[in-house]
Order: sequence, then C-alpha cells, then structure tokens
Amino acid sequence: MARDKIRIGCGAGFSDDRIPPGVEIVERGELDYLAMECLAERTIARETLDRAKDPTKGYTPVLLERMEAIMPPALKRGIKMVTNMGAANPMGAARVLRKHAPGWGCPDYTCAVVQGDEVTDLMRAHPELTLMEDGAPLESLLPKMASANAYLGADVVAQGFATGADLVITGRVADPALFLGPMLHAFGWSYDDYQKLANGTLVGHLLECSGQLTGGCFADPGKKEVEDLAGLGYPLADVWADGRIEISKTPGSGGRLDVATCTEQLLYEMHDPSAYITPDCVLDASGVTFRQTEKDRVVPSGARGKPRTPTLKVVVGYFDGYMGSGEMGFAGINAVARAKLGIEVVKERLRRRGLTYEEMRIDLIGMNSLHGNDAEQAPEPYEVRLRIAARTTDKKAAEAVGAEVRSLHMQGPTGAGGGINFGARQILAVKSVLIPREWVKPEIVMEHAA
Amino acid sequence: MSIRVYDLAHARAGDKGNTSNISVTAYSDEGWAVIQRELTPERVLAHFRHLTPGPVRRYELPQLRALNFVIENALGGGVTRSLAIDPHGKSLSALMLTIALPGHNQAGASG
Repeated sequence: MARDKIRIGCGAGFSDDRIPPGVEIVERGELDYLAMECLAERTIARETLDRAKDPTKGYTPVLLERMEAIMPPALKRGIKMVTNMGAANPMGAARVLRKHAPGWGCPDYTCAVVQGDEVTDLMRAHPELTLMEDGAPLESLLPKMASANAYLGADVVAQGFATGADLVITGRVADPALFLGPMLHAFGWSYDDYQKLANGTLVGHLLECSGQLTGGCFADPGKKEVEDLAGLGYPLADVWADGRIEISKTPGSGGRLDVATCTEQLLYEMHDPSAYITPDCVLDASGVTFRQTEKDRVVPSGARGKPRTPTLKVVVGYFDGYMGSGEMGFAGINAVARAKLGIEVVKERLRRRGLTYEEMRIDLIGMNSLHGNDAEQAPEPYEVRLRIAARTTDKKAAEAVGAEVRSLHMQGPTGAGGGINFGARQILAVKSVLIPREWVKPEIVMEHAA
Repeated sequence: MSIRVYDLAHARAGDKGNTSNISVTAYSDEGWAVIQRELTPERVLAHFRHLTPGPVRRYELPQLRALNFVIENALGGGVTRSLAIDPHGKSLSALMLTIALPGHNQAGASG
C-alpha cells in the first residue's frame, strides 16, 4: 500500500492520560492512524504480577474505559490504531476487547497482537549479563525478578499493520516506534533508510507524551501563557512518503504548539541529543530546528539518522522491599515548630519499637519537599505538612510509619489535622540490561486465530 | 547585579532512572548569550549539590537557543525506589530557574 502522505495522531501519552482529548483528535483530527502510548518503565512489572494472579489480566487497567470511548469513533472513520496497552498480556487485552467491543457497536474489526517482548526466561539463562545502572551482575536481581521485557522496534508494529489489522496491540515497544511503525507500513520505507527512520522517530518522540507538546507542562501565568489550557488538544503529524514532517494539533482545541513548546519536548527525557538510541535507529537531534508556518503548525527539520545498535534494551522489574509513608498537617501560630515536634515523636516511637529502616526521608511540605532545599532557609508558611517516608525489607515496619504518623492526630502536638497518605506498598524497582537483538523473537498473532 | 535564569529562559525536566535531565531554552538571543556563557555545568552542580554529588553534563543546541543538562544521581535512587514526593523530579525545572547569574551588563562588560 503505497501512499503519499499520512496523518498520525497521539491519543494518549501515559496510562491514565485524559480520554476526552483522545476522542476529540479522533473526531476532528482527520487522522489515518492513532497511537496510544500507555506503558511507563515500571508499569509492566505490576501488570506481570496481575497476570500471575489471573491469567486473563495483565493488560493496562484503563484499557476498556479508554477503548470504549476511542474505538467506535475511530473505526467509523477508518482510523487504524496502535497501542501498548497490552502491557504484560497483549493477547489478553485483545480478547477482552473482543468481548466488549460488540456492545460498543464495534462487531467487526481485525486485531493483530505483537508478542515476544517478554524475556524473563532469557534473563534466567544469562545471569552473567551486566546491569547498565551499576555494572553489577544480573544474577543479583534474578531471585527478586518480577518481569523482564525488551523494547521492540517499529518493524513489528509495521508487521502488525501489514496483516490488514485495524488495531495493533503490543506489550513493550519503544514509545516512538508506535508512531514510526505506521509510517514504515504505509510508505514501505526500507528499515535501513536511516534518514527517514530518523524523521519518523523524531515525530514519535515529539508526539508520544500527548499534551506535553501542545502546551501542557508549560504555562507560567504572566510569563508563558497558554490559551485554553483546560481544553488542551493532543498533537498530530503529517508525514510524507519522502520523509517530510509537519506537526499540528486537534483543530479548534486549546493549548499552543510553537517553537518553544517543541523545543522543550524535543529535549524531554533526552540525554545526548546527538545519540538518542531507539531499537530502530540512533537519532541525532543535535541539529533539529523548528519553523512555525502558521498558528499551531510547526515544521521540524534537521534530524539525522545513524544505524541502529546491535542490542536491545531490556527493563528488568524486581522487588525492592517496602515503602511506608504518612503525612500530617499543621497551621497557624507556631505551625512549623509543631510539625517538627511531630517528626521527632514519630521517629522516637519507631525507634522504641525497635524498627529500623534502610532509608528515611523527612519533608516539610510547603517548605522543602520538592526541591530538597534547606527548610531553615525557607520562609515560614502559614500552614505546613510533615511527611515521613521510609524504605525497609520488613512490611510491618513499613506499615508502622503511616500508623505512627496517623496517631499524631490524638497523641502528637496540638492541632494536628488533615492526615493523609498513610500506608505501605511493595516497591517494584527497575534496572536495565542490553542483549543481542537476535535473541528476541517477536511474532505477530491474529487475535481471532488464537 | 545578578539576573535569574527565570528571567532569561524556560525549562523542562525529565527523568530516566536516577538521572534528571533539564532543558533550558532562552527567550532571546541576548538571553542565550548569557546562559551559554554563565550557566555552566559547575554552576548547575553547585545549585543541585544538596541533591546529588553529580556529575552534570551540558549539551548545547545553539540553533534552538537551548542547553540540555544531564544531572546524574539526582532522583533519590531512581523513580521506582525514591522516597521523594516528586520521584520524577518534575519540579526540578523550577529549581534550575532560580539560579542567579551575573547580569547582562556585568557579563557583557567582562566578556
């Protein structure tokens, strides 16, 4: 299927992203493709645990709510969809959708599933691999491993669409690849045409965080204004077969798309701009420029592509103990001194119970909780909230943190009120390894055939 | 006389593991000249020293009037295990903007 131009929209930029702008871009964006990126680094570990408890689960929990809103208008307009909401169970996602979609007025559609990103067996077979973060052997994590998934590339997304599917559901795929995949498929680009891969990867990188390109994460009243931030629209890209790209957003939506918003998003979560590594290519964005052609329309240029690396990145999720926390508020005269007394009381009560922690963090919310600055130098606020958080391998010790903070209501300094966020949770941490890409064997499976 | 980065530029913070990256983009060519000269990795590390021992790397994108700072070990052990209330360090862009630089005139005179 050779085409001259396609239009790709972003329908979601994280798992719990707002759904209404996704519906708007489907209804008003005149899209050919819609990509929904919903899988953060550690999310898949949690979904892997869900699947272990119930083999039908393990997909992104918001899948049904999002797709009930998006699928009917998208299928009606012939818009093809791709999403990584399959998480730890792409086939499970496809099956549960099939169960519900007829009730949404979508009895007929085809769905391709990308499998093979899960590599826990490979990890167990290769304990000698080295962790990228600290150089330690992978072996040290294996007893605590919860998940391991390789970042797949755009080639498998394109193969999904090559089946004629209306919907491609994946697990772990590199975020920009969700956008590059439709381009590979629609234009038949060579997987070795690195200039085009670079342009497509740049589009994916810019669009993958939805509203962060179009005025989200940007407004600063009196300094940087964003028109109708409440009605923020999601971004879309026109892509031509020759590799030209142009960025825009849902017509009539709020927000702003210009050189400033594009520049911020270009460098978002980028380290060396000359070497942004994806499974598909190494994007050199160091010479990228943006030209505003009209309101909310920007032409990026100057991306260069270098050959992809021989490795794929694997994110390993592992259990790393428990974190307990609690918060309590104080206001009015001497509020900060009372909060500080509350902190000392909680620490002393935990100590007298014989509980110890690997790490404890104390915040005075309103004074130093976000920037970690010296509270003694911060102006004294009218109200302040103490927060205590601690990490431990002992679940009961973690739970005790919140319980002791909660008890400040009755057994702490005077006027302790508005306690919240008491509780303990198991920590799912992540580390990474690189593996030869030929170790990973992705496959495309049709949902109806499975 | 000093001038805040806030007066010259805007910023956005992102995270990867235990590393924060913060872009700083000047509003004007004049502002770019100042931040390019004065917002050194050493100055940024000094301002973030209470959060991290570093290192800090700086990348320049002059055609965008932008600097990209990569600040390692700044996120309390990483997003997934940090005890911080803002484990992603999303708010650290605002910390970057509070850095005071030698102002236009002084910098111009000495440079």
